[in-house]
Amino acid sequence: MLGVYISDDELELLITDLHDIYGYDFSDYSRASLRRRFERLYSIDKYLSVAELRYRIRTDADYLKRVIEEITVNVTEMFRDPTFYKTLREEVLPLLATHHFIRIWHAGASTGEEVYSMAIMLHEANLLNKSLIYATDINPSVLETARKGIFPLTKMKQYTENYIASGVQRDFSNYYAAKYGHAKFNEEFGKRVIFSTHNLVSDQTFNEFQLIVCRNVLIYFDKVLQDRVFQLFNDSLDTFGFLALGTKETLKFSKVVKEFKLLKPGEKIWRKTI
Amino acid sequence: MAQDNLEKKIKLLVIGGSAGSLRVIVGVLPHLLSPLHVAIIIVLHRKNTHEDLLTEVLAPKTILQLKEAEEKEAILPGVIYLAPADYHLLIENDHTFSLDASEKINFSRPSIDTTIESAAYAYGDGLACLLLSGANTDGVAGMKIAKSQNAVIAIQAPQSAEMPTMPYGASISMAIDHVLFPNEIAEFINNLS
Repeated sequence: MLGVYISDDELELLITDLHDIYGYDFSDYSRASLRRRFERLYSIDKYLSVAELRYRIRTDADYLKRVIEEITVNVTEMFRDPTFYKTLREEVLPLLATHHFIRIWHAGASTGEEVYSMAIMLHEANLLNKSLIYATDINPSVLETARKGIFPLTKMKQYTENYIASGVQRDFSNYYAAKYGHAKFNEEFGKRVIFSTHNLVSDQTFNEFQLIVCRNVLIYFDKVLQDRVFQLFNDSLDTFGFLALGTKETLKFSKVVKEFKLLKPGEKIWRKTI
Repeated sequence: MAQDNLEKKIKLLVIGGSAGSLRVIVGVLPHLLSPLHVAIIIVLHRKNTHEDLLTEVLAPKTILQLKEAEEKEAILPGVIYLAPADYHLLIENDHTFSLDASEKINFSRPSIDTTIESAAYAYGDGLACLLLSGANTDGVAGMKIAKSQNAVIAIQAPQSAEMPTMPYGASISMAIDHVLFPNEIAEFINNLS
């Protein structure tokens, strides 16, 4: 990013500070992306030196929330990658429907756009009332946004296109009320969601699920941490449960891959076989 | 002479392009010779379509291996990597790829600036960058950083570009080592080692 370069040594100091003072462990995050995030924070908050940024982080506990919000990536959209949602709708939901009660874990839920997409699909399949979505993120601020279910109205055109591309013929605008430049999604969708902080680096499994969705989170982790998180997901899935990853993420090179079967070529959805 | 010595160390070439650049790349690929001693990364702006066919379009044009860059993949000489649609492509210090789905830069994801900048810090003077036709200036800021790390800087001759804004923007921002016409690009790449 223009204007500042955070050196390898400075980056390690920032990572160490967050761990030693606040217990947030970013040591297994990919460095190139983490550096960009810190450089972005540096530019937006107009620091004059890395030492000044370090000092603020070390001495201002209230600033931590902003640091975590900015150095984690929270770019998301509703029905992102429509073919993924088409496959979920057509091939995964019918299998989940056989359960009396459906538990879904959305890890790295960010501001909730994909969580509401899931809730809408469950509603359309008449499954929402017997489902519970656990939406977790490391970052408490984004979960506050997610809980409200209010998104910028300007995004609805693209979300509607995504929704239609995922293979449905309904009127997407029935699902939200437009007001003052925002779209507020109907409350029935949020009622079946539990929003909670969870750190994939340090927190353990907390339930057993039939579906875990974790998309565009693992790309920021190194291989060691990726493997640990795959193990955590493996421990958190029922037999025959599903794991859904981002379009550029794969279970292929993980230690747990032999316990899974790819649902179909080209889609990043695996089914646990053991 | 000094230039020749410099280029003996090149390990990675990053090619960036936007509007009007695909045609140039398609013209260059058949003329690249094997074995190639450098790795090539191509970052092209394109509409984020749900099915991205760029790899299928470009792979048959070259005898070299051409593939989409995958996260954590090690960057190897003689291979041409494409930045995937809708992700920024970053280079780690250990010369592996990372993907990043964060905000668009210069209204683009992948952004050329982002790849060149991280490559500049990972490769230093072992990097060469080539900026092709484009109607915006994504890549120029990254090339300035690459320049500061002693990378080799090349652009498509603006008068030969369908959209000259991108190479022209570079030419007025820094000293350019090589200004290349489309029919000179393959030889430039084949001589990198």
